[in-house]
Parts: sequence; C-alpha cells; structure tokens
Amino acid sequence: MAQIIVVTSGKGGVGKTTSSAAIATGLAMKGHKTVVIDFDIGLRNLDLIMGCERRVVYDFVNVINEEANLNQALIKDKRTANLFVLPASQTRDKDALTKEGVGKVLDDLAKEFEYIICDSPAGIETGAMMALYFADIAIVTTNPEVSSVRDSDRILGMLQSKSKRAEEGLEPVKEFLLLTRYSPARVTTGEMLSVQDVEEILAIPLIGVIPESQAVLKASNSGVPVIIDQESDAGMAYSDAVERLLGQELPFRFLTEEKKGFLKRIFGS
Amino acid sequence: MQTPSLELKGSSFTLSVLHINNDDMAVIAAELDAKLAIAPQFFIGAPLVVNLSAIQNNNFDLLGLKEILTSRQLIIVGITSASSELAKQAKSIGLAIVKSGKESSSQPQLPKTTKIVKQNVRSGQQIYAKNGDLIIIGAVGNGAEVIADGSIHIYGTLRGKAMAGAAGDRNAVIMAQKIEAELVSIAGQYWLTENLQQNGAAPSGCIRLEGESLTVESLPL
Repeated sequence: MAQIIVVTSGKGGVGKTTSSAAIATGLAMKGHKTVVIDFDIGLRNLDLIMGCERRVVYDFVNVINEEANLNQALIKDKRTANLFVLPASQTRDKDALTKEGVGKVLDDLAKEFEYIICDSPAGIETGAMMALYFADIAIVTTNPEVSSVRDSDRILGMLQSKSKRAEEGLEPVKEFLLLTRYSPARVTTGEMLSVQDVEEILAIPLIGVIPESQAVLKASNSGVPVIIDQESDAGMAYSDAVERLLGQELPFRFLTEEKKGFLKRIFGS
Repeated sequence: MQTPSLELKGSSFTLSVLHINNDDMAVIAAELDAKLAIAPQFFIGAPLVVNLSAIQNNNFDLLGLKEILTSRQLIIVGITSASSELAKQAKSIGLAIVKSGKESSSQPQLPKTTKIVKQNVRSGQQIYAKNGDLIIIGAVGNGAEVIADGSIHIYGTLRGKAMAGAAGDRNAVIMAQKIEAELVSIAGQYWLTENLQQNGAAPSGCIRLEGESLTVESLPL
C-alpha cells in the first residue's frame, strides 16, 4: 500500500519545497519508487528545485481535468532512478483542485508508487487542504521562530480535524516535526527557539533538524536537491530524516555549535 | 366568499396576580383597601388572577373573596395554583382555572455533563463544554480557545485562552499544570497575560473568582 506523505507548514518560506524534493530524492535513492507532487498551483517551484522545469509539458491540473494522462504528465528524474515529479500548473489557481480529482489521481499513483510526497502550498486554503486531506503521514516543516511554530500548531489542528482520516474516524495521520534553518549559534544567543522549545510546544515526534546552510540556497539555484550534496551538513541531515522516516533510530546531528579549531580561528574559515 | 362571523386565535396577555396568604376575609379586605388607597385609579377595572397556592383550607370562602374584589371594581379573570377542592369550587362559581406560562414551560434542569479531551488543543481550535466541566489531557496551544459553562481543568500547559463559567457560574475555576495563558476568564471577569504576570501567576495554579476580581493560587503539583 502506498504511503501518502504531505510536507506542510502553514507558514510560507520555511522550506517545504526544499524538504519535499530532498525527502523524495532520499526515498528514491533508498530504492523506493517515489513520486513528488507540487500542490502549489499557480506558484510552482518544485520543478525548479528538482531541475526539471524545462521538461514540463503537461501538469497536475491537466491530469485532474483529464486533458492528459498520468504517464504524459509524470517527469522521470534524470539523476535518481525510481523518482518522478508531477508538476503544478502555473497558469491556473488553487480552485482547479477538487477532492474528487485529487483523490482519483492519488488512487492511480498509489497503484504504481510506494511513496507519494505532496508538496503543500503555504496557507490554510484550498491548496493546502487538498494536499493534506488524503495524507497518511504529515511532515510539519517548522522554523525555530514563534510565528512559524504557531502556524504549524494550526496546521496540526487541521490535520486532526479536516483530513480524510479524521473525517472517516480512521487511525489519525502520523505527524512528524521537521525543524529547518536551525542555527545552534543563534539558539545560544537566545535569538532562536531551541529544539526543546519547539518540541515542547508542538508535542509531536521529531524526524529531523536541518541546519541553516549555504548548501541549501546553492542547491536550489542549481536545481539539485540538497540531499544529493552529501558533503554538506544539510544534505546529511536530510539523509538522517529519511532514515528515521523509514523507521531507523539515529542520534540527531548538528544541534550544537561547531567549535572552531585553533588554526581556523586565526585564518578564518 | 363570506367572512366568518367569528375566529379563534391564540394570544398571550400580561396580567397582575394577587397572592392570597390568609383565609380570613376581614383581614384580606382590610389589607386590600390599604393597597388600593395608594393608587386607586390604577386598580379600577383591573383584571386579576388570584394565586391560591398558600391556601390549604378547603373551606376557604372563594365566593366571599370574589365579592370582596368585585365590590372594589376589580375583575377576577381566573384562579391559579389552587388545590383540587378549591378548583372545583371555582368552576362552580364560574371562574376559570389558568396555568401560568412559567409553570408549564419550566423544564427539569439538564444533568451536568463533563467533556474530556485527550489530546493537545491546537491553535485555531475551539472547544466548548456546554452545561459542564471541561477536562483537557494535553496542552492548550497559543491561539486555541477552551470554554466551559463549568470549570476547566488542564493537565498540560495553558498557552491559549480559557473561559470558565461561560454561562455565569461564579464558582467555576480554571486549573492548569502550567499557566502561560493569553487570557483567562471566569463568569466574564478576565485577565490578560500581563495581569497574570503582575499577579505573580504560579507555574501551576488555580484561578478563581473572589468578589469581583480574579485570584490565582499555586497548586502543590
């Protein structure tokens, strides 16, 4: 049975698309057949992050409206086997998504794929609701600051009341916390909430802490999911998160400030 | 089509009710005269309902009472709350038995029901326990609201808003394992975060209404 995973947050700009791309790539690299769907109709970005923007012919809305079939719209990733992208439409808006349409596309995908990653748009309107409605697992992407934490709390409330599993009284959606743009140095100075603070407020299991990293911006701009850059701390942190998603227990890395060595302190980094 | 010469329609009226607490006609007459003397114009021709709930004596002189009232230009419309014996008497002298609206519509009070929520209450969620207490096993997040007609008990941190005694119960309390609330209110009296801080809210506490102001006391948790 395919697992539907929604990557959501409520707030914008916290790293949903970056995380969706990284987690989908990570799962595919582990040999699981994975598709990642961009639900951000009208503001599509996932294809840029995945580096396949020039190969978009048909999109998610075309499939919902039966103007194209799934195989025409799915883009096979060139770097990673087992990975496919279903891009959003750039010329439509969120109202193009209907529960019946999205449900049917997900049902069709579930026959072929092990993991379906839904990259949710920001907000709590139609787009975000459609992305989370069918989810089995929710990865709540949060930055360590109060407004992001508050919005994540709101989305968790939605998952508990507005998702299909909640409406049908099934086992609730599994919720995981993914803390992104974490900067241990700024936690020490009190400018940022700590992992413990966020965990205490949201009270859901932590699946990963992604450090604030230059590698993320570099990866986004070059259209390569950051998880492929295994030299970078962010890439390694996403790999750990994928392992945890698959059920492994790993210690959390990059939670403390990196001590600069003697020479580094003299010559800079 | 011919209009009917009569029509029956329901309507309600406000009537004065005269409560009789004594079966001695002389005493009643004297007291009535004293009352009428205060505003004689007001009572002339006034329709009255006589409440006989205090009269247990079946030999009560209903006809005598009727005469006392009519002789003072008061009109008995009917009697209410009379014993069955007196009701029979009233019928025989042509008085109607009326039931007051309040009597017939008074419902038995609903039993108190407690509402238990076994999860965190998230931002944007609102939980209302009607006619009873609310027990939350979990935290109440910033931007969440918990409301109860009775008391609110939170086994977790209260960060959002809690409103107890929403229907006016001044004895309601709010208890929480940790109080970091945006707002607490009991029977309409409320405190914001700064009031809580000024009043030295304890980490775990019980908030109650004392007179017109809220108080907070710590719990040995």
